[in-house]
Amino acid sequence: MDMDLAKQTFIQEALELLAAMESALLAFEDQEDPTESINAIFRAVHTIKGSAGLFGLEGIVRFAHTLETVLDRVRNHEVTLNHAAISHLLECHDHLAGMIGDLATHPDGSAELDPRGRELLEGLVPMLAGPEDAGHAVVEVGSRPAGPDPAAPVKEGPDCWHLSLRFGPQVLQDGMDPLSCLRYLSTLGRIVHLYSLLQLPEGEAYNPELCYLGLEVELETAADRKTLEEVFEFVRQDSIIRLIPPHSKIREYVSLIQEAGETGGLLGDILIKCGCISSEDLKQALVVQNEEDAAQGGPHRRLGEILIEEKAVPPAVVAAALEKQRRPQERQGMEAKVIKVQADKLDRLVDLVGELVIAGASAHVQAAASKVAGLVESTAIVNKLVEEIRDNALSLRMVQIGETFTRFRRVVRDLSKEMGKAIELEIHGGDTELDKSIVEKLSDPLLHIVRNAIDHGIESVEVRRARGKLDTGSLALSALHDSGSIVIEISDDGGGLNRERILAKAVDKGLVKEGETLPDAEVWQLIFEPGFSTAAAVTDISGRGVGMDVVRRNIDDLRGTIDIESYEGSGTTFRIRLPLTLAIIDGFRVGVGTGSYVLPLDLVQECVDLGPFLESAENHLVNLRGEVLPFLRLREIFSVPGAFPPREQVVVVQYGETRAGIVVDRLLGEFQTVIKPLGELFRQTKAIGGSTILGSGEVALILDVPQLVQMAGSQGRRPRLSPSLH
Amino acid sequence: MLTFESTQRKGKVLIQPRGELTIFTAAQAKREFADALEAHADPEVDLSAVEEMDTAGVQVLLWARREAAHRGRALPFVDHSPAVMEVFDLLNLVGIFGDPIFITPSQS
Repeated sequence: MDMDLAKQTFIQEALELLAAMESALLAFEDQEDPTESINAIFRAVHTIKGSAGLFGLEGIVRFAHTLETVLDRVRNHEVTLNHAAISHLLECHDHLAGMIGDLATHPDGSAELDPRGRELLEGLVPMLAGPEDAGHAVVEVGSRPAGPDPAAPVKEGPDCWHLSLRFGPQVLQDGMDPLSCLRYLSTLGRIVHLYSLLQLPEGEAYNPELCYLGLEVELETAADRKTLEEVFEFVRQDSIIRLIPPHSKIREYVSLIQEAGETGGLLGDILIKCGCISSEDLKQALVVQNEEDAAQGGPHRRLGEILIEEKAVPPAVVAAALEKQRRPQERQGMEAKVIKVQADKLDRLVDLVGELVIAGASAHVQAAASKVAGLVESTAIVNKLVEEIRDNALSLRMVQIGETFTRFRRVVRDLSKEMGKAIELEIHGGDTELDKSIVEKLSDPLLHIVRNAIDHGIESVEVRRARGKLDTGSLALSALHDSGSIVIEISDDGGGLNRERILAKAVDKGLVKEGETLPDAEVWQLIFEPGFSTAAAVTDISGRGVGMDVVRRNIDDLRGTIDIESYEGSGTTFRIRLPLTLAIIDGFRVGVGTGSYVLPLDLVQECVDLGPFLESAENHLVNLRGEVLPFLRLREIFSVPGAFPPREQVVVVQYGETRAGIVVDRLLGEFQTVIKPLGELFRQTKAIGGSTILGSGEVALILDVPQLVQMAGSQGRRPRLSPSLH
Repeated sequence: MLTFESTQRKGKVLIQPRGELTIFTAAQAKREFADALEAHADPEVDLSAVEEMDTAGVQVLLWARREAAHRGRALPFVDHSPAVMEVFDLLNLVGIFGDPIFITPSQS
């Protein structure tokens, strides 16, 4: 196996585990029964430690080991986690994530802990030595601290490892001798009990060269599972090697008996000798087995089944056991259902599908021109399939936004602590899906907005009390699909934006003329101007005036829009509206003059003749069934030369809550559009979102509907498009 | 290398395997034990000359003991060599081989 590749996988998996660990830590305090959380945290650290060991990353192993020890104590209810402890564990998590992140740059990792790591580990010491057994600071690998587990009052087995070994028949012929395993085993610890099972066939059926040996070994040892497994490394291929760790539940022994089938009675005796189960349990079970044999003469029932039926094992244990057994299976199922694919492979696929769409459109045009019915039909089928492939390929890149949202739990927790505010984060619509590339670019702007909301939006507890609000501020992140776009809202119940202060600042900066009256929405947009900050105090978190302009730039890059709704005293909502995907859309093609333009089909509502409307040329409004609809002519916007056609068409589009009409010469119908970005040269050009290649090889411009809608609405002030308004 | 010698001692037949009782000689040992059980009424097995024994060796001894038991006969092992004792100890087999049930089920 390629070690580099393996290590990459390790890093990726470790980061995923750490993400799970973080969310479990954050959820810890909110839960009545945190058992699941602590198990998840423990699993994460444990798995990372194990895998890091494989790569010889000593530093990580040592750090993770101590962490694991603490978590194990938590799991056994020997230590309880308070707020401070969780914060400390979060810092440990960050450090571990840092160490793993460093692997990408320093592939060999550091064998030593850095000072920060040591400091963090020292912080863990109080948790290592609980009040129950102070002084017992470090727990050895593999062995678990003894002691009652109040959460699971289940009878436990002895302190020894129980090894149930059934050597494969070929072992001897392969040159291996189980005796050498046993001799080696005895060097690792003390063999407390050993029972040999030699099930030799009778007479000629016995093959002297096959191995018939089975062993039940009770081993007192400090070695961990890995070491024990290594003992049997050379024989394990066709042997059955079962290692039952110390303090295992009776269940494991019972299932051991179960598997032994016919020899269950003998095995039961052995287990009693080892002290694993009580003789009463077994006797009763055997009596039942014998009675049934006598009565039915039928096949033996498994001893384990009987033990359970006779309630030698409490039903709760059985239920728990079943639950436990089911879970790994479910997880296995999940693993089988998910295939990890590198993102660039997926991007390449989507690119190719894009080309396929263009080529398919071209073939369709050619076929239509040829007027050969068969050809037209087959290209139509091909196009239909291409459409499905496109949808599927794009859906591959769709991810749920929930993961991005969840990351903010940590941000909110840390920042609110820093600011001394109590803030609760609510998340809605985490299962909303959108393109992975959008999600990635979204996390920065979201972070800025969230920080701002915590810093400036939500008031301190005193102010909140004075205003008659709940002590705990609330911050909500929500996502939902809305007419071909996705809407993400970040809302707080804080003080809201201060109109006067923003206006004063804007006048100060020369952005707004003194005495000019602006609608609220436009005032709020001012905060996205570069260097605009109204914060009285500059804090670590925000207030430097850097951020909000970055937010708008990021959203612009994603072809999205951002609006603010704010009410003084009761809170602010940032509403980000984004296209679902960046690559391919269903387009609606229209013609103006000799050129063609494409509108995203999702945004098109209806098409009507301009003729019968009462047009008011001055203010560009039409009367659509009683509704006043602003419109604009593409011909005017792009200064297309040539005569007006006899009948113009209006395409009614809606973006968000606003509708507008777009007047064109001809309607050319739907077609799949691969969005090609415009070059740097056209970056400043408004109203155009990109370009695409038509089946005929011509280029068509994709219209930026959000901007057109906005322009149509504000034509009073901006009758003409000028390329550099901003 | 394994050789089987049978001698008479105090009117009893004494079978003495000499050399290694391992996977390499197990097939031969099985044959020898089978022959000995055919040829003699109540042979004893002298293990003093067994220099080396592995799992296959233990198995063949136990098989021979059980075959004898099936014929209603004992097959006592005597004079265990250190090599044999070590393996019996290791596998905790002293009990099994010394268990009267395995030697003569007819007695029970």
